[in-house]
Order: sequence, then C-alpha cells, then structure tokens
Amino acid sequence: MPLPVRHLLLAALGLAAVAGLLSVTGDLTALRIAAVGYTMLAVAGLQLLVGGSGQVSLGHGAFMMIGAYSMALLVLHQPTLPLAANLGVIVVVSVAAGVAVGAATARLHGPYLAGATLILAVGLPGLAHRFHAFLGGSNGLNIRTAGAPPFLDGLVTTSEWRALVVWTTVVLGLAVLATISAGRLGRRMRAIRDDETAAAMAGVPVGATKVVAFVIASAAGGLAGGLQAYVLGTVTPSSFTLVLSLTLLAALVLGGIGSLWGALWASMAIVYLDVWATDLARAANLGRNAENNLPVVFFGVVLILVLRFWPLGVHGALRSLGARLRAVRSDTSSRTPQ
Amino acid sequence: MNYFVTLTLNGLASGAAYAALALSLVIIYQATRLVNFAQPALALLSVYTAYTVTQLTGSYWLGFAAALTAGLLVGAFVERVIIRPIARTSQLNAIIVTLGLLLVVQGGVGMVWGNEQHGFRYAFSYVGRFAPSDVFALVAVGVVALLLFALYRFTPLGLRMRAAAFHPEAARLSGVRVGLMLTAGWGIASLIGALAGMLAGPPFISPNVFDVVFVFGITAAVVGGLDNPFGAVIGGLLIGLGMSYVSGFLGPELATLAALVIVVAVLSVRPDGILSRPTARKV
Amino acid sequence: MTRPLLTVEDLSASYGAVRALCGVSLTVPERGLCAVLGANGAGKTTLLRTLTGLHRAASGRVLLADEDITPLPTEKVITRGLAHVPEGGGVVVELTVEENLRLGALWRADRRDRTTLDEVMDLFPPLAQRRAKAAATLSGGERQMLAIGRALMARPRVLLLDEPSLGLAPLITRRILDLLRDLRDRTGLTVVLVEQNAAGALSVTDHGYVLNQGSVVAEGPSAELLADDRTRHAYLGF
Repeated sequence: MPLPVRHLLLAALGLAAVAGLLSVTGDLTALRIAAVGYTMLAVAGLQLLVGGSGQVSLGHGAFMMIGAYSMALLVLHQPTLPLAANLGVIVVVSVAAGVAVGAATARLHGPYLAGATLILAVGLPGLAHRFHAFLGGSNGLNIRTAGAPPFLDGLVTTSEWRALVVWTTVVLGLAVLATISAGRLGRRMRAIRDDETAAAMAGVPVGATKVVAFVIASAAGGLAGGLQAYVLGTVTPSSFTLVLSLTLLAALVLGGIGSLWGALWASMAIVYLDVWATDLARAANLGRNAENNLPVVFFGVVLILVLRFWPLGVHGALRSLGARLRAVRSDTSSRTPQ
Repeated sequence: MNYFVTLTLNGLASGAAYAALALSLVIIYQATRLVNFAQPALALLSVYTAYTVTQLTGSYWLGFAAALTAGLLVGAFVERVIIRPIARTSQLNAIIVTLGLLLVVQGGVGMVWGNEQHGFRYAFSYVGRFAPSDVFALVAVGVVALLLFALYRFTPLGLRMRAAAFHPEAARLSGVRVGLMLTAGWGIASLIGALAGMLAGPPFISPNVFDVVFVFGITAAVVGGLDNPFGAVIGGLLIGLGMSYVSGFLGPELATLAALVIVVAVLSVRPDGILSRPTARKV
Repeated sequence: MTRPLLTVEDLSASYGAVRALCGVSLTVPERGLCAVLGANGAGKTTLLRTLTGLHRAASGRVLLADEDITPLPTEKVITRGLAHVPEGGGVVVELTVEENLRLGALWRADRRDRTTLDEVMDLFPPLAQRRAKAAATLSGGERQMLAIGRALMARPRVLLLDEPSLGLAPLITRRILDLLRDLRDRTGLTVVLVEQNAAGALSVTDHGYVLNQGSVVAEGPSAELLADDRTRHAYLGF
C-alpha cells in the first residue's frame, strides 16, 4: 500500500475514533476534544520543524495568531465564502508569512533562531493594538460561524459539529505531515538535524530545506489558529502570548520528539493539565490568584518532572515500557514447556 | 532636536537594564551553551522579594540588597538542583526546562502576590530629563560590568570560571571543580539579572512585567554575540537607543517588531553577533 | 628497584558495550620513566583517562603510593600528585600563556609563590617570550610545551603524557622527549609516556608496556623491547 494511502486510511480511522468519542460525551467535552485537535495540529507542525530539521522556534504561537486573525477577517469581510475556502486562504496566508519569516531567519542558527522567533512571538500581538480599527485592539474580533447543516439538525450539536470539522481538517493535515516526514524531504531534514555540515557535503540544499520546514510548520500553525478562531468565535491578542508559544514547544518535548504520537500527548497535556489544575484550584477553594495561575505552574512542574525522569518524553517512556513488557512476555513464553 | 536628545537619554537609561539582563544571559551561555529563558523569572522573584522587604522595613535599600541576595541564591539553587541533572541528558531538554521554570516561577509569583500591579519605587527621583534614577541605572550597570571584568580577569575564581567555561576537561585536569564553577556562574548571572529587574521594574510590577524587557535583553545579547560580555553591554545600550527612537517616532507598539528587524538584519550580516570572533567549526 | 609509586591492578574500562581495557596491570617505580605503546585503538588513551578519573573504571584499582585513587573525581586525583597532559595538550586557547600556567597551580595553597612559574618559564624560553599572548597564537610545539608546563605547575609526583609527539616535527619531538628524561634525572619526577612513536619513546624511557586490544601483551626494559623483533613487528610497526 503506498504511504499516502496508508496515512489517509489511518486518518479516517482516527476521525472515526473521534466521532465515536463525541457520540458518548457531552458538549463541554466536545469543545475540549476540538481544542485537543487544533492544538495537536500546531504541535505536529512544530514537531516537523524541531524534531525533523532541528530548528528551535519559540514563536509558533505567532503563526497561530496569523491564522486566527485571518479566519476572523475572512468571516467578517467575506461572509459568503464557505469554511473550506477560508481554511484554504489561511494556509496560503500562513505559507506566505512562513516564507517571509523563514527566509529572513534562514541564516540564524541554534539559540539565535530561538531568540529571533521569541521576539516575533512577543512582538506580533502589538500589531493588533497598532492597527486598532482593523484588528480590534485588545478586545479583538468576534465572529459568528454557521453550525451544523440543517439535515443534521437534532443529530449533532453545534459543538459536536465544530469538533468534527476541526478533526477532519486535523487528520488531513496530519496525514500530509506524516507523508512529508516519511519522504525525501523528511530524510533531508533529519540529515540536517543530525549534522548540518555533513548534510551539505552530501548534497542536501541546507538553506532551502530549512526554509521549507519552517514554512510547513507555519502552515500547520496557521491552520490550527484558524480552527481555534472557528471554534471559539473570538480572537484577542491576549490569547497569543509568549506563554502560548513556550507552552507549544515545551509540550512537544514533554510529549516526545520525533513522533506524531508525541504531538497527541502534548496537545492532551496542554488542554487537560489546564482543566485539571483549574478544577483543583476551584475545589480546594484556593482563591482567584491561585485559580488564575495554578494551570501554568502545574504545567511547568509536570514538564520539569517528566524531563527529569523520562528524557525522551511521554512517548519515549511509553515505548520503553512497551519494549519491557514484550521482553517479559517473550521471557515467560520461552520458559513455558512446549 | 530637543525631542531627539530626550529620546537618546531615555534610551541609554533603559538600555542599562537591557545590558544587565543581556549580561546575565551571556554569562550562563558562555559557561553552559544554554540560553537561560528562566532569567526574567528569576529576576521577577528577586524583585518581588525586594518589594516585600521594602514593604516590611520601609527601606528601599534593604529591599535592593535582598533582591541581589535572592538572585544569587536562587540562581545557584536552580543550576545545582534543576538544571544539572537534566543538562546531562540533552541540550534541548535543558532549554525546555528553563522554559518550564519560567512558567512555574511566573505563575508562582502570581499565586503569592497576585496578578494585579503593585507600585514599585525608583531608587532615586525620576522627575525630569536624565533624572537621578537614570544616572543611577547607568552607573550601577557600569560598575557591575567593571566588577565582572575584574573578577574574570584578575581573580583566581575568575580564572577557574573561564577555564571551566572554555575547556571543562582541561579545567578538571588542573584541579578545578567544574560543577562548582557552573553554580557560581549561575549565581552571579542571576544576581546581575536581579539588578536588571530592580532597574526595569518601576513604576509598577506584575508577573508579566519583564516579558518585554526580556525580549530586549535577549535582543541585546544576540546582537552583541551570545559569547561576549562586552557585546552584551554594548548591545543593551544600542537596543535601548533603538527602541527609544522607534517608540518615540513610530509608536511603542512597534518596538518589539523593530527589535526583530534589528536582530534579523544584524545576524544576517554577522551570524554570531556584532563582536563575535569568526571561529572554525569544531569537529 | 625502588618501591612502586603508581600501581595499576587489573584495571578494566568500557564505552557502553565496547571493552576498551581488559585487566591491565602495571607498576611504575618512583623516578621511573615508563612508556606505554601500542597501535591506534589499543587502549592507551583510555588507560590514562581512567588513571585520572576522566573515565570511570569498570573494575580494578589504581594506587598512588598506596592510596587507592580509583574512586576519586579528576579534580581530587590531581591534588594527590598525578598530572595528566591529554592528547593534543588540552591547552585553553582563549586564555593567555601565563593564565594557562597559573591555572595549573591554582589548587595549591602556595599558588602565589612565583618560583614554580619562573622555573617553568626557564624550562621553556618560547613561553616566557609569549607569556601575555593568547594560547591560540602558539605553534603546535609551543602548545605542547605549554601543556607540559601547566602540568608541572602543579608540582606533580607522576606526570602522564598522551602522545606529546602527535603532529609535531621530528626535531621538536626529539627535544620534548629529551626534556622528559632530563626532568626525571634532575627533579626525580616519575613519567608515564603514551606514544605511537614507539622507537622514539623506547629510546628515552627505561621500561615499556605494549598494549593490544586493551590488554598488556608485552613488557620489559625498553632496550629489550627495542631488541625484540617479534614484538616490534607484531605490535609496534617498525
């Protein structure tokens, strides 16, 4: 079976699993499932960039912001366009932004690239304030998008429909990312990650490959941002803080670098650690200060502990656990008399 | 013209704080090849310590001393307890852990002191053009830079620290306890970071107060060359000036994006900063 | 024969699954000048690195004048009187010549005493001329002198040298080898010299060990090893 077909089949399976999950859970959970979806797409893009080509970006949230504002502007100014067209435009816009930033930072390496992208993450929300009339300043933009189509009335709620739309886009995006990563481009990126000079001597176009990796990651981030705007119905500069960018990268390492599974654990950590910490602070009646800050602290503590004890992240820990279980099983089976 | 002079003087004064923060980043980068993204959080903790001490005692200078002490101790503690066990496994993980620390400390400060702004006073009067507080900022950073230079250049501790940073194995073979030198380096760096916080904090402090300062600090460090303490100081003052002009003539919202343009422009010409020495690839 | 100053007992070490040393034993008497020879990858460098604790021994012991130094960290081993000039010298090129030398004596209580510094400068006149220059500006031979000088600053009892002749012109190699012998004769320093240049090393040392694949395959007085054709052909390649 050719690889793209296999990836599409896996995507369909994943979507079916999400639909099954949605059918047995409530509305609130549907929103969280949607959040896991678009976060996973953003993290998966970062996975390709960091895990694939070894470039560390601290500004991934900036591309989510570009995607989210693109979505809001399209809905507000071109209300007749269908959602799929909006998503298409968002990909084009984020690719353009990725090309601009990627080309500008192509000569930056290691900590210098990290520093530059960090500045982008902090600086970009300033644009929303600068162009107040167009981008809505600190109040941001509010949009209304259509819910489930009429023939599904009563079958799915609006939240469930949105979660399905999000996940359909996400699994398609993931299939594309997986195919890229398994192909020639992915091999070139990994060659650069392992040893840039050696890759260049082996004929890999280092500069171009790095820019392409950056652009693909930007597109995934932008698309994720657009989906977020679609689900939440609002975009504000304060949702795209430095903390978001840092959290995306940190969660990627927490989940495990080098595998799309890592991106799944990462996005679940981002969404659910936040939920649990907020619930915990409320249940323990710790007050408003604790309630506002506990999620971030909780995430940071989990991050530090996971990296302290499982340097390869959650996915790495699960894999070594699986390997150990298999070893035990084959050990016992070989000992039983045939 | 008058406006331009005002912007220049303001730029130099705020540049002093960026220079101090850049210096604290460079000290750690030199020793461990690690950009310490937790540096603004450590400075935040120091500044809030100063806030509480000043509230309790009524003395600004006791608070000031408390901030520097807190910086020194927290920096050393973080290196020894959190960073070192992880730095052994992977460079990227160590960077991510500094990010995690940033989140924990920023959130922790919010939990203890609240997310709202607290008034935080200047060391001296801030009224007028090139006020005493501005002079103090420049003098304090100048003195710290000179002390640091003297420490590195003329003391046995400085020689040990440099040897441990440049060539850990040769340092160990000369009887230097490299781990201890790293702890000392983090302590000193965080002390200087605390100074940056004391200069950049007023008039109000809140858990996010150093986000933008950090951006300018890292810009300064990157522009000057992450490997070069002199570059950090020069870079800090240059960024202070540049940001002051951009804010004054184009609008303060664009200052951070202007910093990005400066970083990209400088690094495209000199990939390791203005003052970097060209180095061959190490095999 | 005088009592042994450095004793290695059944020392083993590995890199992951790869065994680098398998049960190496050797003794070096006080004032001894001893060569450790062998081909590339025979385990010579690992031996020295394990002696000073840069690499952890898997089993076996290292005794320096009856004290077991195997468990000590490198920086402590140095203070017991073992000095190690690593392959390539390990000079800190960012520091000046004088700073490199001072670094070697920093752990000593009498580090302010300048007599050792003056002695080392006398020993290596090129270093005295360049004392304020960055070590990066030195030639290969001068760097090797600086590395040896830094080791001597610690006033060691045993000096370990890893391939001091690597990449140097034959004339300079000769001078360094003669200098080692001269040092031993004048100051009573004990020297362990790891070399691939077996002929040169055997011509100045008084005892030699030959390593192959992590084990000692031959040992004896240097003159005898030099005369033993079989060992020479099989392991020393000349």
